[in-house]
Amino acid sequence: MQTTSPSFPSNARQALADPDLQQALTKMKVGFVVNRANAVAKLPEFDTLRDEGRDIKNHVLSNLDTYLERFEAKVTENGGHVHWCRTADEARRTILDICRSVDAKTVTKGKSMIGEEIGINDFLEENGVTPVETDLGEYIIQLRKEPPSHIIAPAIHVPKEKVAESFFETHDQLDADRNLDEPRALVDEARSMLRQKYLDADVGITGANFLIAETGSTVIVTNEGNGDLTQTLPKIHIVTASLEKIVPTLEDASTILRLLARSATGQEFSSYTTFSTGPRRPEDADGPEQFHVVLLDNGRSALLGTEFQDILRCIRCGACMNHCPVYGAVGGHAYGWVYPGPMGAVLTPTLIGVDQAAHLPNASTFCGKCQQVCPMHIPLPKLMRHYRERAFERGLTPGTLRAGLKMWAFFARRPRLYQFFAGLKMRALAAAGRRRGRFKSLPLAGGWTRHRDMPAPQGATFQQQWDAAGGAR
Amino acid sequence: MTLETENPRVGLFVTCLVDLFRPNVGFAAVKLLEAAGCRVSVPRLQTCCGQPAYNSGDRADTRAIARQVLDAFDGYDYVIAPSGSCAGMIRDHYPALFDDDPEQSPRAHHLARRTYELVSFLRDIRGMDAVDARYDGTATYHDSCSGLRELSIKDQPRHLLGSVDGLTMVDLPGAEVCCGFGGTFCVKYPDISNHMVEDKAADIEATGADLLLAGDMGCLLNMAGKLKRRGAAVQARHVAEVLAGMTNAPAIGEPGESLPQTEGDT
Repeated sequence: MQTTSPSFPSNARQALADPDLQQALTKMKVGFVVNRANAVAKLPEFDTLRDEGRDIKNHVLSNLDTYLERFEAKVTENGGHVHWCRTADEARRTILDICRSVDAKTVTKGKSMIGEEIGINDFLEENGVTPVETDLGEYIIQLRKEPPSHIIAPAIHVPKEKVAESFFETHDQLDADRNLDEPRALVDEARSMLRQKYLDADVGITGANFLIAETGSTVIVTNEGNGDLTQTLPKIHIVTASLEKIVPTLEDASTILRLLARSATGQEFSSYTTFSTGPRRPEDADGPEQFHVVLLDNGRSALLGTEFQDILRCIRCGACMNHCPVYGAVGGHAYGWVYPGPMGAVLTPTLIGVDQAAHLPNASTFCGKCQQVCPMHIPLPKLMRHYRERAFERGLTPGTLRAGLKMWAFFARRPRLYQFFAGLKMRALAAAGRRRGRFKSLPLAGGWTRHRDMPAPQGATFQQQWDAAGGAR
Repeated sequence: MTLETENPRVGLFVTCLVDLFRPNVGFAAVKLLEAAGCRVSVPRLQTCCGQPAYNSGDRADTRAIARQVLDAFDGYDYVIAPSGSCAGMIRDHYPALFDDDPEQSPRAHHLARRTYELVSFLRDIRGMDAVDARYDGTATYHDSCSGLRELSIKDQPRHLLGSVDGLTMVDLPGAEVCCGFGGTFCVKYPDISNHMVEDKAADIEATGADLLLAGDMGCLLNMAGKLKRRGAAVQARHVAEVLAGMTNAPAIGEPGESLPQTEGDT
């Protein structure tokens, strides 16, 4: 996927001026935030579970090789295959090769952020395989040729009228006068259009919320049941997962599952939680003939042992973006790549480079709400700050900001000089601003005064007044 | 309890924004601390806690500025700042900043343990239950992010404000939502910041309060500036001004003469 992260400020301006998007974001903020708060309030042990979840993931990250190899051994024992892919390109080629092995014409897809990360849809299409998204939100954005704007609600930015428009346009074999005013009608129509696709597909691709080392199982959580049809009906089931999705045991997966839906949508549990363990066995009623796990690194293992390791605990619940005031203002597309919001502001520079994504970790007030709600206790502001440090060290900080900062720091490191000049400046500013008490505009403060007044200082600085009053030093 | 702890030596960390924009808050802090039995000094060699550099990724300048703070506040029983953001910086971030410096690390930890935000210090450490102040009006309170989430400041200001004669408090819906200041964020991403502070100002106006209170000057300058730009009648003050009964000076961004403080005023 092409990134537009370098133009984050102009993306953001567009987003702020988009009334449909603003309306969708207002609704989203209220829904997700209230639902999560209610779900958490009903589970007294929620914070204990968060600690346990964090500890499980930390343990895994310290022993990643062991658990991944154990997982592979189990998958193989169950009759499946694990494909280790270092890069997005390796993952794409692996998936295409598997599709070609059965001369696949269409593949159905469950929702998968790894699918987005490696750009699998475009790649398959370029190579003559038609991907069909089966998650309603993903289906909508596939029709609209858009990337997701949220990791669990990919079409959150699309109002239902726009969905109807896309359906009228795409499903042109249906009655042009049908009524698509209600969400129910949209859901029913999508379902009827997808039904045959499940049956026709040669390959089903899903993501994974967990990989379980002790059993070789993969786990998906969905609310529509589309994932189950995607992975049981075709001959081949391909699971795409990044390597940090591994947990040691079923018990560990259960612990984190108790956090996941509550943090994401405020549900106690998602409607469907599906465990896949190998291909269909002789005694099974259904299931795929082949079971493949495409295990993606794509730069993650390089984070192990660094100050960024904590981001690998992320379980993709979306709580950080649901609660983020910046995401809430501009939505997901402004971030310009696959992962938006606070987790995206950390993961994106990791995956596409800090030179491309330097804006994202900077576009935060560090209000700390993301860290407060993160079920895995990921210190997101701290990780964003580390990326700011990387950007600063590499000279990626914009020149004017850098120069201003250096000038300020020169004085801040010399208290006597600072106090002398600050005293002069504040007195002058105070005199100029006394009549109105504030400034409508000020030289070099356009970023501030374009949108708000600048209150005038009171007069002499505190330090000067403290001296004048003979205060204790 | 020894005499030392009954009358602890407090170093006031004025904070750069109070020093430059609102000295009244510094004097209010001194008055409140003295009322709580503290002996207050203001070390001369202080400027800023270093957050503008720290949050811009400039670790070298941050450390240099933090070193100055370590030196200036050596030897005080407590270091008190009228700001959750600056106190949070010293408490939560200075120790990490000197992690790899065996000489400064213990000093940073020691300073962190002695540093508090003003209102939480008065309430939690000094056990202050009520203040001797009067304000006739209706106020609402915004929880600044760092104070709220790094230092758990929530009930302390509300408790003490409850003892101000004549003051009615009304809840601010979304009081815990960031106002969009974020230090350099507000000038780096002015459009997003504006969106956030517009929402905040609308929430403040909708409470019907005639006074907005908060514990951090950065957020207050942002919110007051936006309220003024919108033509709102709501005034804005630092919580310490009301708690100290020092509300004679014009509110933030209001016209009029602010007389320099002289001895006796405090």
